[in-house]
Amino acid sequence: MRVVAGALLVSFACASVAPAGPADQCAVAAHLVHADAGMPNSVKAIDKTKTLKVVVVGSASSTLPGPAGIAIAYPSKFEMTLQKRLPGVNVQVVSVAKPRQTAQDMADGMLQILKEQNPALVVWQTGTVDAMRGVGAEAFQATLDTTVEKIQASGADVILMNMQFSPRTEAVIASTAYAEAIRYVALQRSVNLFDRQSIMRQWNELGTFDFLTPTKSLDTAALVHSCIGSMLADLVLEAVKSPDNKDSPKQ
Amino acid sequence: MPPIVQTGRDLRLDLFRGLALWLIFVDHIPSNVVNWITIRNYGFSDAAEIFVFISGYTAAFVYGSAMQDRGFVVASARIFRRAWQVYVAHVFIFVIFMAEIYYLTKNLENPLYSEEMRAFDFLQQPGEALMQALMLRFQPNFMDVLPLYIVLLLVFPFTLWLLLRQPWLALTLSAALYTATQHFSWNLTSYPSGTWFFNPLAWQLIFVVGAWLGVGGATQFANVLRSRLVIGLALAYLLISLAVVMTWYFPRYVAYIPKGVQDWMYPIDKTNLDLLRFLHFMALAIVTVRFVPIDWPGLKSLWLRPMIMCGQHSLEIFCLGIFLSFLGHFITSEISRSVEMQILISVLGISAMIAVAWLITWYKGIEGRGPGAGPKPRQASDLAGGEA
Repeated sequence: MRVVAGALLVSFACASVAPAGPADQCAVAAHLVHADAGMPNSVKAIDKTKTLKVVVVGSASSTLPGPAGIAIAYPSKFEMTLQKRLPGVNVQVVSVAKPRQTAQDMADGMLQILKEQNPALVVWQTGTVDAMRGVGAEAFQATLDTTVEKIQASGADVILMNMQFSPRTEAVIASTAYAEAIRYVALQRSVNLFDRQSIMRQWNELGTFDFLTPTKSLDTAALVHSCIGSMLADLVLEAVKSPDNKDSPKQ
Repeated sequence: MPPIVQTGRDLRLDLFRGLALWLIFVDHIPSNVVNWITIRNYGFSDAAEIFVFISGYTAAFVYGSAMQDRGFVVASARIFRRAWQVYVAHVFIFVIFMAEIYYLTKNLENPLYSEEMRAFDFLQQPGEALMQALMLRFQPNFMDVLPLYIVLLLVFPFTLWLLLRQPWLALTLSAALYTATQHFSWNLTSYPSGTWFFNPLAWQLIFVVGAWLGVGGATQFANVLRSRLVIGLALAYLLISLAVVMTWYFPRYVAYIPKGVQDWMYPIDKTNLDLLRFLHFMALAIVTVRFVPIDWPGLKSLWLRPMIMCGQHSLEIFCLGIFLSFLGHFITSEISRSVEMQILISVLGISAMIAVAWLITWYKGIEGRGPGAGPKPRQASDLAGGEA
């Protein structure tokens, strides 16, 4: 509800804004991307080793179907943008997106992923599958909380990403409690939240993208993912520049 | 507008149940700007608590006198008849739900939403979904309150029997079940996975407390509930709750809540009726009863009559509200998502609820005056809210 309410407030404020053209597609929702916490581990990796290894852990909405799917899904755009904007740093984004995974499924595999990949940053996208399966929101939150703590203990930063906004399924998939849980854990564990739901809701309100017309084409999906990828990169760049990092050891 | 039927029953019950029905309708339209005014944004509890509590209170009031006058068997038969009506309503809502799903899946094709599409996997086995819905185990969004109500009614003859003999024992048993449920994480399973959204083992508490007050607890405790100390505590709790909820919208204030308190307090779970939610509702009820007395002239005013009427036909109006919220969501997602449209839909929906409530009142009035009407007391209770 908080997410919904917040987005509504924003949409209220923006109700008189004309629909955006393709040039500033993403930008109309840029104000919804903000780093509330620093990311000291990423800063350390960038400064000390000139590398930034990121793992994206998520379900089907972190990828796109079809043979071209992975190449046009947001993790690859995220990697490209970060690489371009962090010259001299070797950026690597590994995507571990598997369909039908609940937060618990992903939590079970998390230690293995951390051990194999040893990332400085984990982007964890979750919520939709749990909401669809009716996993208790309380259990969901507990899983999220303990797993974020484990990731942090392993020496990686975390960005939590909530569910997609989908205007048609909104009344069928009760996602509010899960979005709230994600927001709450982000706040409690001082990790950044990428509020994909509010961003996409904003695009829907402003008519930036058409989420309603039935299509088999990947065109809109590719544009949406491209925007999400670059906005996620914006969040990382803002977070590594955050004054909250100044306590961390810097070269 | 036909006059409100006087049955000696507390009109405040109907008034606030009518309010809860309106709020449930408004809250059930996703992305509705009108959601902002509903009480869940200003405290821990929401319309669900009001609805279940008042249902408990009314059920005890109506069937309690039946049980005392006409015995256990007759009262039980009437309670089961009510449970049956609610069950039929549940099946009706399921049919509406399936029609909506059918429409959605027909138009959802978009590779962007391949994940969300899986929410409709059950459509590949609609027979299974139907069977599970009939067994109350299939509870998609918005089909979760009535199963709770049905279960509560099915055991209510026994609850009421005990409440009439040993009210304190009944209350203690209810609280014990609630406590054990929290401790052992008991809940009923649902289909295809997960558990009941409204855990009946936990939510029974607010229903039984309502019923306990309905069979006489309210009169016994009138002085305590009206004491300055209790009112003061209730008001303080409501204010604290409001302050906490405000930090959800303005996260920069979260830091003012000590970490230890947050760890203890969160999550405030709706499924298991978190104690903080329960207490918030009780505080709200105590303050409301204090400032809206039973003989408050406003209860007879023309302005509040629509709300009271909706509350008197809660089951019909609840079903209508669910149907209208589906329709409302359809319009806001497909036709216009403007704020004006959201407000218009909320207003039109509530107007439709009032119109139908008025129609039912009018119709029952005609029927009641006709020859061959049933025994007087039953008619009266029927008129005053479809029994309970």
